[in-house]
Amino acid sequence: MKTGGEIVFNNVSKFYGEVLGVNRVHLSLPPGITSLVGPNGSGKTTLMNLMTGLVRPTQGTISVLGMTPDQPEEFFRYVGYCTQFDSFPKGVTGYEFIYQSLTLRGLAGAEAHRLTMEAIERVNLVEAAHRKVAGYSKGMRQRMRLAQSIAHHPTVLVLDEPLNGLDPMARAESIALFEALGKDGMHVVISSHVLHEVDRISDQVVLMSYGYVIAEGQIHGVRSEVKEHPMQILIRCDRPSALASRLFSQNHVVEAKLNIDGRGLLVRTEAAEDFYLLLNRIVVEEKLVLEAVAPADSDVNSVYQYLIGGGGGTV
Amino acid sequence: MNQLARLRTFMSEAPWHLWTSQLFAVLNIELKKNLLRRRSVWLYLVALAPVAPIGVHALLSPGGLHCNVEEDTHIMAAVFQFYLHSGLFFGCMGLFTWLFRGEIVEKSLHYYFLSPIRREVLVVGKFLAGLVTSVLFFGASVFLSFVISYGHSGAAGRAFVFGGPGLGHLAGYMGTTVLACLGYGAVFLALSLIAKNPILPAILVLLWETFHAVFPAMLRKLSITFYLKQLTPVILPPDGLMALFTVVAEPVSPWIAVPGLLMLSLAVLVFAAYRIRTMEISYLAD
Repeated sequence: MKTGGEIVFNNVSKFYGEVLGVNRVHLSLPPGITSLVGPNGSGKTTLMNLMTGLVRPTQGTISVLGMTPDQPEEFFRYVGYCTQFDSFPKGVTGYEFIYQSLTLRGLAGAEAHRLTMEAIERVNLVEAAHRKVAGYSKGMRQRMRLAQSIAHHPTVLVLDEPLNGLDPMARAESIALFEALGKDGMHVVISSHVLHEVDRISDQVVLMSYGYVIAEGQIHGVRSEVKEHPMQILIRCDRPSALASRLFSQNHVVEAKLNIDGRGLLVRTEAAEDFYLLLNRIVVEEKLVLEAVAPADSDVNSVYQYLIGGGGGTV
Repeated sequence: MNQLARLRTFMSEAPWHLWTSQLFAVLNIELKKNLLRRRSVWLYLVALAPVAPIGVHALLSPGGLHCNVEEDTHIMAAVFQFYLHSGLFFGCMGLFTWLFRGEIVEKSLHYYFLSPIRREVLVVGKFLAGLVTSVLFFGASVFLSFVISYGHSGAAGRAFVFGGPGLGHLAGYMGTTVLACLGYGAVFLALSLIAKNPILPAILVLLWETFHAVFPAMLRKLSITFYLKQLTPVILPPDGLMALFTVVAEPVSPWIAVPGLLMLSLAVLVFAAYRIRTMEISYLAD
C-alpha cells in the first residue's frame, strides 16, 4: 500500500466551454477523511473528476501521492473512485461487475474471485451478488459501486455522494466503513449533501461555492476564521445568571442568553480563546459547578450557512 | 536519434505482460457483449443477408438444373460486391461505432477509464473484439453463401471448387471480408471518437467510398474500397449509372493492396489511440 503524500491541486481551473467548473483551486489534502461541501454546481464533482483524470484541467496541475492519471497502470492501483453515475455495463451481475473490473487490473482468476467476494461481503451484498444489477434497488446499486471502488484496496478513495439512496442502516454501515478506512491512513475524499453525517467523520472540510474553494481545513479552524459571525458557546452550570453578569462586562461578549431550564447559558463572543481563559477564571472565583462547555455553531452545517448561506441540513 | 533511443527504452521497459492480460480481459468482456446481447440480433440478420438471395437461387435451381457454374460464379460475385458496399459496410458501422458510443450512451465508459489500463490498450482491445465479431459474422455468411452457391450445382460445382479456381475464389472472398472488416472497423471506431453522432460522417465515408474512383490516384489510395477491389477474385465491370462515374483504375497487385490497406487501417487506429488519450467523460453533453 502506497502511503504518505498528499493530493495537491496547484492553481487548477476547469472550464466547460464558457461555463466555469472550478477556478484557481489551490488545495493540499492530507490523509484522513476530507469532505467536499457545497451546493449543486459548486464544482465538487468537477474537482473529483479532475483528480481522477475523467476530465482534464484547463489550467494548472494535479497530483495524487505524486502520481497523475497519465500513468494509469500506477495511478489506478492506488486510487478508487465511486462516481455518482448510477449506471452499470448492461446485463452484468454484481459479482461479474466487480470481477471484470479486477481482471482489467491484470489479476488472475482465483485472486480476482477472492477480492470480489471480500468487497461484496464488506458492503453486505453476498446474497444478491449473482443477481443481475438491473434488478437491484438504488441503495444496493450504490453499495455495489462502492464495493467495486474498494475491491483493489486503494490508498485514495474518492466518493461522490456515496450516501445517496441509502437507507438509515446502510448509511450508518457506510459511514462506519469510511471511518475505518480513514483511520487506516487512507485518503478518503467524500462529497455529500448530508452535512451532519459528514461532519461527524470528517478530519477536514473543503467548502465550495460557484467553482471556488472558499474555505478549507479542520472545521473548527475554519469556523474561527468566520469573524463576522461571533462564535456561539453553550455552557451548562449551576448558576448561569452569575456567570452571565460577569461576562457582560467583557467587550468581546456580544450576547449571553439564559436557557429556559435555568441551568444553561448561550454566549456569543468575538474572541473564543479569550472567552475560554476568562471562563476558567470566573469558574474558580465564583466556585461554579460546570456540567458542560461546548461550541454550538462550529459544525459543518453552521459554517456552511455562514459562508455560503442556504438551507443547511440538506443542501 | 534521441527519439529512437527513447522508443527503444520504452519498448524494452513496457509492461507487455500486463498489457497482454488486460487485452484479453477487454476481449473477454467485449466479445460477450457483442455476441450474446439481444442488441446483436440485427447483426445476425445483416450477416445472413447474402445467404438469402443465393439460397433462393439454389432452391429455384436444384442440382444446377437451370444454371451453370459460370452463372453461379457471376451471381456470387455480384452478391458479394453488393454486400461489401452495403451489408458489410453498415454492419461494421453499427458494430464498431457502438464499441465506444454504446458505452457513452449507457454511461459505463468511466469504468474503463478508472481502471489501470492504458487507453491505447483499450482501443486495441475493443477494436480486436469488433474485428473478431465481424469476421465471425460476415466471414461465416460469405462462407455459407459460397457453399450454397456451388454446392447446389452438384458435380460441376464440386469440380469447380476442388479441381478448378474455386478454392482460390473462396480464399479471395474470405480475405477480402477480413480486410474489409479491418479497414471499415478502424475507420468507424475512429469516427465514433470524433463525432457525437457518427451517422453523418459515416454517410460522408459511404459517399467517399462510392465515388473515390473519380478522384486523382493519390486520393484514391485513401479509400478502403480501392484496396478491396483489387483483392476481389471476380471483378464485375460497373454498369448503369455507376459506370458514368467510374474511372477505370490501373490494377494494383495484392502485394501492394494488402499492405496498403493494413497501413491505412493502422494509421486510422493510431489516430484513434491519440484521440482517446485526451477524451473526457461528460455524459450530459452527449
